[in-house]
Amino acid sequence: MSVKTLKIDGIDIAIEEGATVLDAARQAGVPIPTLCHLDGVGDIGACRLCLVEVGGSRRLLPACVTEVAEGMEVQTNTPKLQEYRRMTVELLFSEGNHVCAVCVANGHCELQDVAIQVGMDHSRFTYRFPDRGVDVSHEQFGIDHNRCILCTRCVRVCDEIEGAHVWDVAQRGAACYIVSGLNQPWGEVDACTSCGKCVDACPTGAIFRKGSTTGEKERDRAKLDFLVTAREKHEWTR
Amino acid sequence: MDLTELIDVAEAHRAKQKNIRIHCCTSTGCRAASALEVLKNLKTAVEDEALGENVEVVGVGCMGFCGRGPLVQIDPDDALYEEVKPEEAASIIGSLKGGTATALKGDVQHPFFARQVKIVRQHSGKVDPESIEDYIAAGGYRSLYKAIYELSPPEVVDEITRSGLRGRGGGGYPTGLKWATVAKMPGDQKYVICNGDEGDPGAFMDRSVLESDPHLVLEGMAIAGYAIGANHGFIYVRAEYPLAIQRLQKAIQQAKKYGLLGSQIFESPFDFKVDIRIGAGAFVCGEETALIQSIEGGRGNPRPRPPYPAQAGLWKCPTLINNVETFANISAIIREGADWYAGIGTEKSKGTKIFALTGKIRNNGLIEVPMGITLREIVEEMGGGVPDGEVKAVQTGGPSGGCIPASLLDTPVDYDSLVAIGSMMGSGGMVVMDQDTNMVEVAQFYMEFCRGETCGKCIPCRTGTVQLYALLTKLLKRQATQADLDKLEALCHMVQETSLCGLGMSAPNPILSTLRYFNQEYTELLQAPKYLNGKVAVE
Repeated sequence: MSVKTLKIDGIDIAIEEGATVLDAARQAGVPIPTLCHLDGVGDIGACRLCLVEVGGSRRLLPACVTEVAEGMEVQTNTPKLQEYRRMTVELLFSEGNHVCAVCVANGHCELQDVAIQVGMDHSRFTYRFPDRGVDVSHEQFGIDHNRCILCTRCVRVCDEIEGAHVWDVAQRGAACYIVSGLNQPWGEVDACTSCGKCVDACPTGAIFRKGSTTGEKERDRAKLDFLVTAREKHEWTR
Repeated sequence: MDLTELIDVAEAHRAKQKNIRIHCCTSTGCRAASALEVLKNLKTAVEDEALGENVEVVGVGCMGFCGRGPLVQIDPDDALYEEVKPEEAASIIGSLKGGTATALKGDVQHPFFARQVKIVRQHSGKVDPESIEDYIAAGGYRSLYKAIYELSPPEVVDEITRSGLRGRGGGGYPTGLKWATVAKMPGDQKYVICNGDEGDPGAFMDRSVLESDPHLVLEGMAIAGYAIGANHGFIYVRAEYPLAIQRLQKAIQQAKKYGLLGSQIFESPFDFKVDIRIGAGAFVCGEETALIQSIEGGRGNPRPRPPYPAQAGLWKCPTLINNVETFANISAIIREGADWYAGIGTEKSKGTKIFALTGKIRNNGLIEVPMGITLREIVEEMGGGVPDGEVKAVQTGGPSGGCIPASLLDTPVDYDSLVAIGSMMGSGGMVVMDQDTNMVEVAQFYMEFCRGETCGKCIPCRTGTVQLYALLTKLLKRQATQADLDKLEALCHMVQETSLCGLGMSAPNPILSTLRYFNQEYTELLQAPKYLNGKVAVE
């Protein structure tokens, strides 16, 4: 395996070939906001928060799926990127019904974190107040579509790690929603093993444990890392 | 089958053809205007008049003048009848015996026909799309033979590269370069995909090509398969084109029967089979990575590129994906040579392009024109201009393109000139608008389309289009202020630069181009500010 050297925001970095710009930035301690990225599951480049400017490319590239290349020059925090990230977060807030004050994830919410990180204090865009449902048919968990940002982490973690593929996306555009089983209530989906990985993967309070109230949702992210390491390296200790 | 047999089939079929062929269009547009009844009546009339000896009636593909269908054309004397009613059919046959045809006679010398250069549509309206013999008699499958027996795969790629052909799906990527990339990729399994998921509002070029000359596309795909080393091709056609699907199915069957598709084509070691995949109604599946996902059986969502399909496409194998019209150019390039093709068009855009000329214009229909022709020539000469009025703008490129104002009608139609003025070639939709058209409403129409068709994977496209549509609606309700207009423009740039695939990246184009050329129409809609300098300005 060969090593590539590149510059991120002026910092020289050496990293193994095949790593992504996001890996390199993290190694260098350069913060790049992300939402759809989750360590341990496949990247899809959907949330567009990790877009960076790469010298020689006209387009902005998502750091999570862009592989490092020799001599690459990456800018992660230009005024344009800051503005676009802010707008992206504004759009996320405007499309759902995100009411932090009554949310289980308040204080432990990655959408909140990102809003703070990009300096979003209000949305320029009109709130859509969509009419979305809540499914609490599962014994232990519930899903509140009002808080969903369609990052599809739950879809990927359930498919790639648990292997149950309970979740998927239905419809398209603004009508998209996360669907369980064959568009059944979650509680009726036989494939669900009640492992709770989707709860841990969800960045917001959309998927939660029943019985938790405002600000009580805390995640066990280490569990996912443990599982991935266990599978890939056969190290079954935590 | 070998070459002699192919020539035998062609000659036998030509010998069977009658001296006078009456062509009746049986494509979707004319069908909707009862062309099938006209065809039936024409056939009955030939029997009634006992002309069967010399005259045959043939159902053919699109003749192009779709606004005046059903069309009936007589070969060889080239008379064209427009808007033929079923009851007028008999009089057309009668005219062969010296009678007078009551049907409306068209002018075949009109610029609409005379200015066209037909390469892709060379057989369209002349051959029966449901008969492979008709296609072979017109010289079909000779290019495939030539490619397999007279050229090596790299020579075929070289021929396409030198022809200067660029992708007809809209982007204009050099076709030869794409072929060369896939050809050079390592791997035993490669695929050819034909993108027939045409979805731009007002565009129907690919439908017409598939309905009128399906074998031309199949031949192009087979040549591509030979050139890049693929043995399997897929044609992805949208379900809204049932006639195209039906004719393709028939064409594939016929070609297999003759040994022109399948195993050991022309008794050579080259195998190539073609399967049809039917789209389920999503516009975004015209985007190549979404289309590949859809063929694989997944949800038609685009994925970030790179890797490009040429590197990792269908089932992660190197895949060549071209548009219908691109494949339809291949046979002619192999037959006539790259230099001939490169002699047509402009320096950077070679060959011809089919446009679906629609909107407020006298002559609606499909035209194939050489690249470099000006918009004015197309709209005013060929299209006959706007009936009672003037051209205000021409929209090209569908929801990904832009509106070109009348003042820029002298722009030559080629990939780079159209991009330079904020529009794009696109797949070939060309909608003419007159003075009564409100450009903000036009932008709103296209944004409504994109809002409904975005897959929802990435946030700028999923929600950005919703917000853009809402801002345009606010403007049209005269409730918007200058701040909203600024927001509209800022959001346009954001959606353009941050979206994952081409749909989102180009979705703001109709707004940006109308903002650029028809800014006044936007500012006229602005609400007067209630407060100015801290004082109430409007009571």
